[in-house]
Amino acid sequence: MVELLNVEHVRRTFPRGGGEELLVLDDVNLTLKQGEIVGLLGRSGSGKSTLLRLIAGLARPQGGHLSYMGVPIEGPAQGVAMVFQSFALFPWLTVLENVQLGLEVLNLPPREMRERALAAIDLIGLDGYESAYPRELSGGMRQRVGFARAVVVHPNILLMDEPFSSLDVLTAENLRTDLVELWGNGKLPIKGIILVTHNIEEAVLMCDRVLLFSSNPGRVGSEIKIDLPQPRDRTSPQFEHYVDQIYVEMTARRVERLQQQQNRAGAGIEIPLVHVSPNQIAGLIEALAAPPYDGKADLPDISYEQELEVDELFPVAEAMQLLRLADVEGGDIRLTHMGKRFAEADLNERKEIFSRALMNYVPLAVHIRRVLDERASHSAPRRRFLDELEDHMTEEAAEDTLKTVVSWGRFSELFSYDDDAALFSLENPT
Amino acid sequence: MKILPPVSIEARRLLPSGWDVLAAILVVGFLVAFADVSRFLVHPLSSISGNYLKLDPADLPGYALRTALRMLIAMGASLVFTFTYATWAAKNPRAGSLLVPLLDILQSVPILGFLSVTVVWFLSLSPGRILGAELACVFAIFTGQAWNMAFSFYQSLRTVPEELEEAGRMFGLNAWARFWRIEAPFATPSLIWNMMMSMSGGWFFVTVAEAISVGNTNIALPGIGSWIAVAIAQQDLPAIFEAIGTMMVVILIYDQLLFRPLVAWADRFRVSSEPSSEEAPQSWALTVYRRSRLLDLITAPFLQVMRWSYYWHPPSFGLKGAVPEVNNRLSAIIWYALLTVLGVFAAWRILLFFTHANLSWNDAATAVGYGFITLARVMVLIALASIVWTPIGIYVGLRPKLTAIVQPVAQFLAAFPNNLLFPLVVSLIVFWNASPDIWLSPLIILGTQWYILFNVIAGATTMPQELRDAAENFGVRGWLWWRRVALPAVFPFYVTGAITASGGAWNASVLAEVASWGKTTLHAHGLGAYISDATTAGNFNRVVLGIIVMSFFVLVVNRLLWRPLYWYAERKFRLT
Repeated sequence: MVELLNVEHVRRTFPRGGGEELLVLDDVNLTLKQGEIVGLLGRSGSGKSTLLRLIAGLARPQGGHLSYMGVPIEGPAQGVAMVFQSFALFPWLTVLENVQLGLEVLNLPPREMRERALAAIDLIGLDGYESAYPRELSGGMRQRVGFARAVVVHPNILLMDEPFSSLDVLTAENLRTDLVELWGNGKLPIKGIILVTHNIEEAVLMCDRVLLFSSNPGRVGSEIKIDLPQPRDRTSPQFEHYVDQIYVEMTARRVERLQQQQNRAGAGIEIPLVHVSPNQIAGLIEALAAPPYDGKADLPDISYEQELEVDELFPVAEAMQLLRLADVEGGDIRLTHMGKRFAEADLNERKEIFSRALMNYVPLAVHIRRVLDERASHSAPRRRFLDELEDHMTEEAAEDTLKTVVSWGRFSELFSYDDDAALFSLENPT
Repeated sequence: MKILPPVSIEARRLLPSGWDVLAAILVVGFLVAFADVSRFLVHPLSSISGNYLKLDPADLPGYALRTALRMLIAMGASLVFTFTYATWAAKNPRAGSLLVPLLDILQSVPILGFLSVTVVWFLSLSPGRILGAELACVFAIFTGQAWNMAFSFYQSLRTVPEELEEAGRMFGLNAWARFWRIEAPFATPSLIWNMMMSMSGGWFFVTVAEAISVGNTNIALPGIGSWIAVAIAQQDLPAIFEAIGTMMVVILIYDQLLFRPLVAWADRFRVSSEPSSEEAPQSWALTVYRRSRLLDLITAPFLQVMRWSYYWHPPSFGLKGAVPEVNNRLSAIIWYALLTVLGVFAAWRILLFFTHANLSWNDAATAVGYGFITLARVMVLIALASIVWTPIGIYVGLRPKLTAIVQPVAQFLAAFPNNLLFPLVVSLIVFWNASPDIWLSPLIILGTQWYILFNVIAGATTMPQELRDAAENFGVRGWLWWRRVALPAVFPFYVTGAITASGGAWNASVLAEVASWGKTTLHAHGLGAYISDATTAGNFNRVVLGIIVMSFFVLVVNRLLWRPLYWYAERKFRLT
């Protein structure tokens, strides 16, 4: 059987200042067979959306090869449709006109166009909303329009870019089950689906195969086959087993990478920091210290019970790992000795623990503090550190890293920062 | 929807870039070349004098119609310019790096002062005929309207949501179809808002440009502006009131029949993620248009042609434009060579002009000195208008019922060509024998102060209720309330309003610093008067010098004062 889609050794870079290039995707391989839903799972910034755009023909790789039904992809191909995270509906077109858009380009007779559009609207459950404008609809209904608009062109491949992540929990679940049901009944005129997501349970619920993406650069780390019949039961032990397995794989690799970064010779300021506030860290530590966890928790459990999405939980856990306030291992998170002390401490002691952790494990904080100590004025402009960071990471990551270190530095009172003057200093404002 | 500040404000850097300098050289070179050509055209022209214009009220509707038509034609030209120039600048980064600074310089040229030169040039196109004067008049309005429309369109094109573009490409829309189905609709609300703003400024330009005298050439096109000029010459107060009344009616009709419906119609193009809580703009005229089949009948063929045009080429499934792969080194060489030639040519023209111009350093010093006087005048008046209108604007903006009444009035007053009111003031100054240096000054802010008022009102209405509740809860009252709550909340809006007001004031100074009533002509000292006198004397060299100096003042003030203030306000006080 011919594969719907073949991605081989794909490499994609983005130009960066000074003629350098940033590697976003490196040696990515992927196939999509008929009747499959394949999930691309990874945190934001791991390049999975970039891969989706390469498949869609919206961008081209710098290396490697992509083919759709045996034909090289050189631009947006007929038969590949996409559902967007932000819906990407045209606000000035009605629901019907939005759905018809893809058909108009095919230059079909108006009657056939209308019939097909109405059929798709009917199928996706938008009956009665044909003449509404997107702004009159709720988020869930808008994304249904997004689905109808993609389905109406009878694509062979449907690409979904985090289609449920801007919806509330209930709406998202409702839409997922509807979609899985339509797919299971064979009612969708689609041969294969690629779903980009950062939600582990969503991937296990919907996909036949899940590819785990690692970031910096984006790579397919491992593939997990989900061997469960549809419809799947979130509470069944097998389901939980798959979720656990993915958590373990994802955390193991991340922790490994973090340790590599920290151990690298001359380990300096080049570790990108993801923006996590001290309050979030304190909140998670308190939750972990309290019963029923008593210092140790299963990541899926705590994600579920604290109502934290993976994309929210992982950065906090990672920051705690970095500061050695907790250990993350095998899908578990365990408070360290320091972490436990932090939980019991009052605000001033917490600031002290935090400040010591910064001085021991965050080279950037040490660096800033040292520069401030050495200068006679005890102050330094933001630009100075930003330029240094940009030698090692993208502009965006540098801004984010600096923002994080400012918030950590302020909490620990290691240094202060005046946003108006864009100036780091040792003094507290008078 | 907010008014866009001039291009100079948009970027954050303080020092001019190489592109800014090139743009300035090109614009000055163009002005100079224009003046050089026109200089030799002045004398052979027969004048189209205003003598035949009789102040008969029965003719007023006809004049008003002609004035309104000129506006419409200029608006059409501005739209064509917007769609081409702005699109080119947005789609082609190489061109954009020159075209955007060029807009900035053009926006800073007080084109009213240059009217004389353009009029002469256009008259030479069709000597002795009325057509040349008509063209000159339309051109003057165009230069008052086009720049900010083009800039708004450019900005919209640059901010089309990436995913909308991607969706369009996924469904196989080619570049032409994407422009009309995605980019242009997306840009529509802001473009229409800026058209309204342009129109406001345009009424001022049209009434000025209709009646102009250069040296011995007097031109008076039939229209409200010429009516006013004749009325001033004849000291006919009732005629002036008639013209003011007629102008009000014309603006009201434009507003009700053209802009209200447009704004209401364009509301659907607003991209907002959340269902909006604001009321959608309403227009009775739009409802009438929609219910009548006439409009459908008229637009249907155009729409059909547009639909066909999307299929002209097979839908582009290629990657054209997605990744620039073609080695366009050759086109780069040609482009930069062209720019170099143009730049050198412009610089040479400027040099030539000034070596032949009989202008000494004294002249330059005089112009700059007058520039400082006008600068002081503008700044003092902006400050005065701010002190008056900011508290009033806040008071009004916090009371929705009052806002509903005052806001349209303020917008109307901003649109009203205030030069029609000049004679009233001037006649009073003559009557009381007051000092023109002081009492002519308020005229330059007469029309543009309203921008401050209605921006502040808009700012006050967007102040979150919770902030006001919090202030009240903590008992923040009196001066503290103004200092800590109200003034910071409206500050970003105020700055935008003040920028617009100051830009308009420079332009108005050309008209306001020299004013006449019958045989009496009042002179204030200032750069505006300098330009105005040079025009009357037919001395193009001084006109050009004055214009260049004034443009320079506008640019420098924008960069050194308004730009930092704008970004400070955006960063510190924007409540979103």
